[in-house]
Amino acid sequence: MAEPARPAAPAEPAGPAEPVLEVTGLVKHYPLTQGILFKRQIGAVRAVDGVDFVLGRGETLGVVGESGCGKSTVAKLLCHLERPTAGTIRYRGEDVTRLSGRALKAVRRNIQMVFQDPYTSLNPRMTVGDIIGEPYEIHPEAAPKGDRRRKVRELLDVVGLNPEYVNRYPHQFSGGQRQRIGIARGLALRPEVIVADEPVSALDVSVQAQVINLLERLQREFELSYVFIAHDLSIVRHISDRVAVMYLGRIVETGTDTEIYDHPTHPYTQALLSAVPVPDPEARAHRDRIILTGDVPSPAAVPSGCRFRTRCFKARERCALEVPELAVPAEYRYAEGPVAHDSACLFAAERQNVR
Amino acid sequence: MLLEVRDLHVEFRTRDGAAHAVNGVTYAVDAGETLAVLGESGSGKSVTAQAVMGILDTPPGRVTGGEIRFRDQDLLTLKEEEHRRIRGAGMAMIFQDALSALNPVLTVGDQLGEMFRVHRGTSRKDSRAKAIELMDRVRIPAAAQRVGDYPHQFSGGMRQRIMIAMALALEPDLIIADEPTTALDVTVQAQVMDLLAELRREYDMGLILITHDLGVVADVADKIAVMYAGRIVETAPVHELFKRPAHPYTKGLLESIPRLDHKGRELYAIKGLPPSLQAIPPGCAFNPRCPMARDVCRTDVPPLYEVSGERGSACHFWRECLDG
Repeated sequence: MAEPARPAAPAEPAGPAEPVLEVTGLVKHYPLTQGILFKRQIGAVRAVDGVDFVLGRGETLGVVGESGCGKSTVAKLLCHLERPTAGTIRYRGEDVTRLSGRALKAVRRNIQMVFQDPYTSLNPRMTVGDIIGEPYEIHPEAAPKGDRRRKVRELLDVVGLNPEYVNRYPHQFSGGQRQRIGIARGLALRPEVIVADEPVSALDVSVQAQVINLLERLQREFELSYVFIAHDLSIVRHISDRVAVMYLGRIVETGTDTEIYDHPTHPYTQALLSAVPVPDPEARAHRDRIILTGDVPSPAAVPSGCRFRTRCFKARERCALEVPELAVPAEYRYAEGPVAHDSACLFAAERQNVR
Repeated sequence: MLLEVRDLHVEFRTRDGAAHAVNGVTYAVDAGETLAVLGESGSGKSVTAQAVMGILDTPPGRVTGGEIRFRDQDLLTLKEEEHRRIRGAGMAMIFQDALSALNPVLTVGDQLGEMFRVHRGTSRKDSRAKAIELMDRVRIPAAAQRVGDYPHQFSGGMRQRIMIAMALALEPDLIIADEPTTALDVTVQAQVMDLLAELRREYDMGLILITHDLGVVADVADKIAVMYAGRIVETAPVHELFKRPAHPYTKGLLESIPRLDHKGRELYAIKGLPPSLQAIPPGCAFNPRCPMARDVCRTDVPPLYEVSGERGSACHFWRECLDG
């Protein structure tokens, strides 16, 4: 493409890539109020309750968890669609949460979002060309007026759609094609980070693979960093360099894909992995499934101590009193290999035959 | 055989002409057996089930041909009243979205009890006792206290259990579950699928499980029917289908699952999109997306060839697909 490229990154060194996003102590509480005239706060929905992670350049961080675990709220906070209650989000060393006005606008250009539902995230009254070109209205410095049409057609081409479709409306496209339009819009400002919230969940199985391949190709081409949020664990494993497992507003375990999928030490991760149906009927007999009891507690009434203890098969008295911190568990601190990774459990341990 | 669907055709009248949703579907389920009907949106899997249950929206929908035999009785020739009696006691359906399938202004006890009052003429008091018993069966904790609660007071997993309880109420011989766990989280999905499989064994029912999830199919099904554009393209016992698919569409679906040894490489993707039901391509409906397509595929509709005793494939070149 004709776009002048950003200064090329130095050849990928072995070891952690240069951080693009650093999130520390991120908290988002939504107040619960009572009363009509005088609103009293009677509690809070603790949607995100202390999340830390680092996203390297060109890296994909997969975030998995069940509904209500706060993964979508994290996505909104990253894109500045919500203001955090506490904590910092550093983009290239600068705390985004403290910025406002022009400085904020400049940063927001670089962090874009791709939404889950391509049926509701595209304005039905706008043509595809207007949808993809809209970011240029907000950030006119990104493309001179005369050049926008050409850029939009280029973007359509990049995401594998016919540039001739520029005057069509969203309803004239299938789900997979609409998701491509959403991705093209996300790319319009040449961001460094793309936050994708369940980008393939609404698509048919045969189309999901097409969109995943597209996202991977774009990542290589434009050196994008992804925060990829999904509940489909096999897709997350395929696309992610590192994975964070969330439960009730916190990350309970994080590590490389091998560490999380092959050597999970947190009981929730183990239960989650064992619950996923495996597309192999031969595996039926020799799988050791952990069936959790009950449902995820409400984030407005978070259990004391470890939040997972109410459903945990390992829970003991200590779990109600102590909040486990996200760190390499003591018994693995001096261990070598994939078992030594961060896990927020007082009794973290490997388990055989999880999958 | 408990249920046999033979050469079923269903179409919908739309502004842009007839949409051919089901074009000659044949399948059968026996007591104690689980048949998974696998397909993407628009493949006709749910419409077939609705025709079997007799809950197709008519108009615009219309059964234009075929037979649906339930315990050797053709349901399509029955009067509405007779059909309704079978629907309550003989077969039951579990829907995907329990929140919209349950009545929000009635307590779950009333809705469960209604089954007994209407079909069995049970008194109000006895129906309530039966409702509590059913809620116990599907392992809803503290059933006696919760029988007076409304659907919105339950979590998604618990609501789906109430749907299952309602389907089980009159101890039917056949249960049709249409994407029963798609709206649920993985850990809850595992609970509900386990419960469903256990109850099926206990009551020796037939189960038709409609899904798009290959994982769920591999976990619970005995045999599979794969649907594409209103037709069955492949039918086989579960182990054989996963080991050696005999249709390029099935093969493509299996290959597009992300696997460990494929990390860092492109996923296999079936090219193109499923066809519109108003304009199904001539010949084999899959031919524009098929890597094996030849001239004959663009002109002749492949019949469901017999691959072996229990297997069928609607591909002219099923032998090649099986070997390659």
